[in-house]
Amino acid sequence: MTTSTAGVAKNPFQPNSRALDARRRGANILAITLTALFAVLAGAFLLYLIAYVASLGLKYINVNFFTQRPVAEGETGGGWATALQGTAVLVGLASLVGIPLGMATGVYLSEFGRGWLASVVRFLVDTLTGIPTIIFGLFAWVILVVPAHSFSALSGGVALSIIMIPTVARASEEVLRLVPRELREASVALGATESRTILRVVIPAARSGILTGIMLAIARVAGETAPLLMTAFGTTFFNTSILRPIDAIPLRIFDFTLSPFPSEQNQAYAGALVLMVLVILTSLAVRWATGGFRPRGR
Amino acid sequence: MAIQVEHLNAWYDRTQALHDINLEIAPLSVTALIGPSGCGKSTFVRCLNRLHEEIYGARVQGKVLVDGVNIYAASIIPMYVRRHIGMVFQQPNVLPTRSIFDNVAMGIRLNGLASGKELNDLVEHSLHQAAIWDEVKDRLNTSAAGLSGGQQQRLCIARALAVEPQILLMDEPASALDPIATLQIEELMTTLKRNYTIVVVTHNMQQAGRVADRTVFFLSGRIIEEGETSQIFSRPEKRETEDYVTGRFG
Repeated sequence: MTTSTAGVAKNPFQPNSRALDARRRGANILAITLTALFAVLAGAFLLYLIAYVASLGLKYINVNFFTQRPVAEGETGGGWATALQGTAVLVGLASLVGIPLGMATGVYLSEFGRGWLASVVRFLVDTLTGIPTIIFGLFAWVILVVPAHSFSALSGGVALSIIMIPTVARASEEVLRLVPRELREASVALGATESRTILRVVIPAARSGILTGIMLAIARVAGETAPLLMTAFGTTFFNTSILRPIDAIPLRIFDFTLSPFPSEQNQAYAGALVLMVLVILTSLAVRWATGGFRPRGR
Repeated sequence: MAIQVEHLNAWYDRTQALHDINLEIAPLSVTALIGPSGCGKSTFVRCLNRLHEEIYGARVQGKVLVDGVNIYAASIIPMYVRRHIGMVFQQPNVLPTRSIFDNVAMGIRLNGLASGKELNDLVEHSLHQAAIWDEVKDRLNTSAAGLSGGQQQRLCIARALAVEPQILLMDEPASALDPIATLQIEELMTTLKRNYTIVVVTHNMQQAGRVADRTVFFLSGRIIEEGETSQIFSRPEKRETEDYVTGRFG
């Protein structure tokens, strides 16, 4: 029965219809090519953007840029150290409030949230995501800036933290839901309480997803401009108190772009470049820390 | 169809899962592959219809001759190998968003094998062959996700048979099923071997004893022993085989 004489045997693995075979394989190649093409296109837009911003801004990036405060047009030297300090302070303040609140909301929605309260919270969180960020600036202005009769880093941080909450909450909820029930049961079956299970088993299992959500939220608020206009306000001086106005990279970009002096306009591109590099570095750091560089598969 | 495997090696990334496998499988027979977890038996069946290479980083070397044709030859299109060599997986993988009918019709439509009345007949015939027709004939247009585990697995068998393959590969087809559903699948194998060459991976040695003409014992990616099922279970030649089939390890 066995015909082991390869070569003479006829190949049985043939398509039934040549036309259908050509169509199927053509469509397959077309689909793969199109996805690759669009993926490259999307990447190319980003690379072009970076290259364009770099081409105008790169020559302003030197030691002074990171160590000195802005100087008046015409003077030599000067840099964006105040803006860098401000963005660090603002993002730090926002994270301090926004990450715990956002994560707790996500944990509640994913782990305990049943019934009407959860539905209401989820609806509110979704609504928060869609609200234009300038509204949060207005809110912080009314409750903090007006009573204190002063713009402040604190009010800017509060505005940004409210922007972070829904992003972190929804991302955490989504990834926590993906943790298989079996993992929770493994822990509960050993006599662990619900909260201990969530803290020691569920959250670690969803760690990389939660970190990605946090990173996206940070990247988002680091670039926010509108809510800072009426809260942090911006200044060309170093700030020593969170109750005083503070500068921020996007505020300085905004300010310098409107400047009549070409050198300040180009410095705005330098600031934009630094902001983009910071966001990319945050993304890479999180990827590296969560093992996201390992190839998928298996 | 007869299968002849010559010097087959397989890898996942740098880990070699199969070492120099040589095996002949006669047409219209049931061959059982047994061995402890991780011994390479699943990898081996996945090499028989070129599914192994779909895994990222996986690689195959060697020959698999099906009726004398090497399915790893450059001129062979894997798509048509798989169309002639069907597969049933460990977990029933019915497509939950499709109806029972559409699950079975999928392969026929993809390959343009039939349509209209002919398609309906082919679907019905496949469901009959898989011994599930009576249970689903009144609900062909409902979602396949509503079936029980055993029914889903028989639906998967019907789906595999619908494209009229010559060889059927089954990777632990009954391990997720209860004893009654398992018995139904086993009876099915015995009927199906009149028309198909069947290769079945199993963890259950009684099952191998009940359904298989020949049994192959894998250990650490190598074939230790191969022979008539009765001989493997009653008079194994190798010490490792005896230890395994008598339950001393594995």
